[in-house]
Amino acid sequence: MHADTVVSDPLIQKPRIAAAVLTAAFAAFFFLNFADTSFGRMLAETTGGGDSFARAGAALALALLFVGNLVLISFFPVRIQIIAVWLELAALFAAFFLVFDLNAMFIQSKLWFLISRGLTTTLYVSAAAISIAFVIAVAGAIAKLSGNGFAVAIASFYTSFFRGLPLLMQVYLIYLGLPQLGFVVGAVPAGIAALSLCYGAYMTEIFRAGIESIPKGQWEASRAVGLRFGAIMRRIILPQAAPVVIPPTGNQFIAMLKDSSLVSVIGVWELMFLSRTLGTKTFQHMEMLITVAVIYWILTMALEVVQARIEGHYRARR
Amino acid sequence: MENGNTENTEKPAQNGGAPPQNGNGEMCMSLNAVNKWYGEFHVLRDINLEVCTGEKLVVCGPSGSGKSTLIRCINRLEEHQEGRISVNGIELNDDLKHIDEVRREVGMVFQHFNLFPHLTVLQNLTLAPIWVRKTPKNEAEEMAMHFLKRVKIPEQAAKYPGQLSGGQQQRVAIARSLCMKPKVMLFDEPTSALDPEMIKEVLDVMVELAREGMTMLCVTHEMGFARTVADRVIFMDEGQIVEENNPEDFFNNPQNDRTKLFLSQILSH
Repeated sequence: MHADTVVSDPLIQKPRIAAAVLTAAFAAFFFLNFADTSFGRMLAETTGGGDSFARAGAALALALLFVGNLVLISFFPVRIQIIAVWLELAALFAAFFLVFDLNAMFIQSKLWFLISRGLTTTLYVSAAAISIAFVIAVAGAIAKLSGNGFAVAIASFYTSFFRGLPLLMQVYLIYLGLPQLGFVVGAVPAGIAALSLCYGAYMTEIFRAGIESIPKGQWEASRAVGLRFGAIMRRIILPQAAPVVIPPTGNQFIAMLKDSSLVSVIGVWELMFLSRTLGTKTFQHMEMLITVAVIYWILTMALEVVQARIEGHYRARR
Repeated sequence: MENGNTENTEKPAQNGGAPPQNGNGEMCMSLNAVNKWYGEFHVLRDINLEVCTGEKLVVCGPSGSGKSTLIRCINRLEEHQEGRISVNGIELNDDLKHIDEVRREVGMVFQHFNLFPHLTVLQNLTLAPIWVRKTPKNEAEEMAMHFLKRVKIPEQAAKYPGQLSGGQQQRVAIARSLCMKPKVMLFDEPTSALDPEMIKEVLDVMVELAREGMTMLCVTHEMGFARTVADRVIFMDEGQIVEENNPEDFFNNPQNDRTKLFLSQILSH
């Protein structure tokens, strides 16, 4: 999006809009009914009003807090606005997690194992799978664009099949199906194979679009100076397709990182598997699930930073 | 050596063919009864053309007349369906080796430059010598700087194409072709995408190249360039060569009605 040069005051600072948002917030909070929360009960006790008074009072107080917060933040520069809203939302989430009354000691006792065993397995499986998927995708994209009947047919059948089945089913098919053919595969290789074949199929389409986005003049100029197909691909087309391909590939990697949780069904000791098994004995499921959720989240945030760095690198060269 | 046009005498407007003035008489390129179709559309109709080493040809004609297609057939960016094309004695057929050989001998300059935007000017120039001719990198760079000096922009070597003006980019494109030491240079409307002021700097480079004896085939509407540089001017219409003459007679005494109309249109301003 390209910002307009006309700058107007933030909408929330207009009294009518603020009043409208306040009303809507009040209605929403009233509907949700906070009378029975600790805040509502406190309100009922201190003012001596009844239940319905507590409900309305809590809703009004929260609505005022909400709109006041919006108005206050709207006076700051955009950067600070973004940081402030992020922090507030993060605080709300933290509050949500605290409701579960998690046992910090238990988490602490398992955290190292979650990281040393679960996280490394998850990262290892994802990294191996994305590397293989990358190679498959380059080959698949070239095959699809080659005009060779066999190559096009094989590549399009492959993408159709692996994009057409649920990943969970592919994991089962490879792990349980291959032994029927006489190939017994371990759980980890089977998981990596399923992930890389599935994501290779998606990435084939991404790479195909990337290669097709390069104007035909680049091909013509390369051919006119005598370059052959392999050199044209490696020196001219793929380097230029890279900036087009990297954002969606980064997305795929982030998606794969979380989809790697699906290989837990065949007993790979990655994050998801451990989160479900470690808490079982003491019925502390929530502790493990939330801890692992946070680990996944931090991981994807780190990857987003890496992705932004790489994109920036290519943008700088333009 | 046989004159290029003797075998086309049955064509009405062929003006006998002007003998090449600048060529040394050695045959460099020949097209024999070349036909090409895009689906149903007949783009090139029975093209016969012979070019001697050192000769400069200008090809003009209305848009859609097949002039770009004609020169793009010479380095096999387009395929012809009938007839024979040979360059330096190498016949262009389905043999990939021949195609590779011809492409190494023939340089091409495009209307839209087609520089490689992800490589610096220097890398644009050294890429093909290094990967096609297997020239050592430092030698290729030396040669690249030599040609950049010849097109008068050695100081831009480290920049990316996007940082240069259109005229500079086209001169880089010319230098890029020259780095392959081609025997023939093809120009496909090299100045059509340029601002008036930049046209001159590109034409100057082309004139200099012509003076040094390069064999050139140039699709252009720059009639001043045609007058000063061309040994022969070819006029195409609807896929046919309808007139072919030395520039003097071509401009002052056109024979074909279509040529007269075309010249009156482009010279009326």
